Amino acid sequence: MELKVEHINKSFVTNKGEQVDAIGDVSFTIQDKEFICIVGPSGCGKTTLLRIIAGLDVPSGGKAELGGKEIVGPSPKMAMIFQEYSLYPWRTILDNIAFGLEVQGVETDARYATARKYLKLIGLCEFETSYPYELSGGMRQRVAVARALAVDPEVLLMDEPFGALDAQTRNAMQTELLQIWEKTRKTVLFVTHSVDEAVFLADRIFVLSNRPSKIRETIDVPLPRPRDRTSVEFAQVRKHVLSLIQNTEESSQ
Amino acid sequence: MRKYLKIVLPIIILFAWEVIAIALNNPFILPRIEAVAAVLIEPTRNILGSGSLLEGAGLSLYRVLLGFLTASVTAIPLGILMGRYRVVQDLADSVIQLLRPIPPLAWLPLALAWFKIGLTSIVFIIFIGTFFPIVLNTVAGVKGVNQTWLETATVYGANERQILTKVILPAAAPTIWTGLRVSLGIAWQCVVAAEMLPGTTSGLGYMIMAAYNLGQMQVIIAGMIVIGIISLALDTLFRVVERRMFVWQGRYQ
Repeated sequence: MELKVEHINKSFVTNKGEQVDAIGDVSFTIQDKEFICIVGPSGCGKTTLLRIIAGLDVPSGGKAELGGKEIVGPSPKMAMIFQEYSLYPWRTILDNIAFGLEVQGVETDARYATARKYLKLIGLCEFETSYPYELSGGMRQRVAVARALAVDPEVLLMDEPFGALDAQTRNAMQTELLQIWEKTRKTVLFVTHSVDEAVFLADRIFVLSNRPSKIRETIDVPLPRPRDRTSVEFAQVRKHVLSLIQNTEESSQ
Repeated sequence: MRKYLKIVLPIIILFAWEVIAIALNNPFILPRIEAVAAVLIEPTRNILGSGSLLEGAGLSLYRVLLGFLTASVTAIPLGILMGRYRVVQDLADSVIQLLRPIPPLAWLPLALAWFKIGLTSIVFIIFIGTFFPIVLNTVAGVKGVNQTWLETATVYGANERQILTKVILPAAAPTIWTGLRVSLGIAWQCVVAAEMLPGTTSGLGYMIMAAYNLGQMQVIIAGMIVIGIISLALDTLFRVVERRMFVWQGRYQ
């Protein structure tokens, strides 16, 4: 399903009464089953953009469309994965994964069957009756991914989902996410501040400029997967993306 | 070692009590431990024609639970509404802030005028004493619910009723429970004080006052010990439930 963003801009007023133009003018079109990463300098409105697409925030102007229909609120066709602490600590892992289905009124047996399927996909079967506090940070994010996949969305929106993890876990999670993506083939829109992560994951990278942000450049990453972080080609793409971000950060000073 | 340390001070106090009681040799000021123990080991014996210690305790407990439950079923829903909806908060807050600092016993004359002498006026005093702490803790619990938990539910399409029952209530439950625990302690203070004032002819508070009028110091102290034991037992019960039900609290936010 095609995800289209047309001339979205977003301003808000701070507590001090100043107007901040976070997103200037952003447009893009994402094809079905594409893996897109959005990178940009801090404060450029990456997360806000994702929240608008998720239907959690309303743009000041412009619109986002999914499959030709304007997005006006949360839709079962999209699931969002937050940076951390999104699991319900009073629910078991299985009940967390089944949450979306439960809310959508799927009956108990059916939703547990689906939840178990995704629990298997993320390789945490033995934690079915555990609670989130018994899991490591990486495991929790895998559960959050499983919960999102369980409602079978068209689009996965991921807001720095591995940002709170240590470097080693983070790399492992990226590899695992790609494996899951190969199996389930969702459209993924992934916000990150790590250039390395973006180059490792994405089909295309959108580099945002400083606020009021617009898309500074769209970079195709033609490298075959699994990608080698130490290869020359990888380094070249990373260098290019980094130079774009550094330029924007310098131009704002 | 620590286990033994805990009983050192109680033993010293008991010993000092007995020594002072023997030295004073005046049961109207301080009875000896044996005299108090004699009252305590026969809890079913009728004391001074005002019923047995057990009956008095049962009656006080009944009043406490009645007032406490009435307050709970009204204060928790109100607190949830206030915590969730700004309108309700704005409407109710000023009245609550105004009434809250008034000591529950100050309501006794009004209670007697409205409900006459008897069960209703005592339950009313307990209600007044417990209502506000429960409301305030519930409001704090609801307001403290992690924003990501709420947004996660919204993303999965939860309606308001589902957000209330599946997210807000379980998330706020530990804080609400704390409010209930605090309130139960206050309820005990209220019931004993209310029973000591004119208008009652039963309960632990009445027995203590009746014993005072007849110079039966050992009954007063026995009554006080029973009050302490029941209060401690109820609090322990609440703590046990808290530890079992809210294991997740604090370990994962």
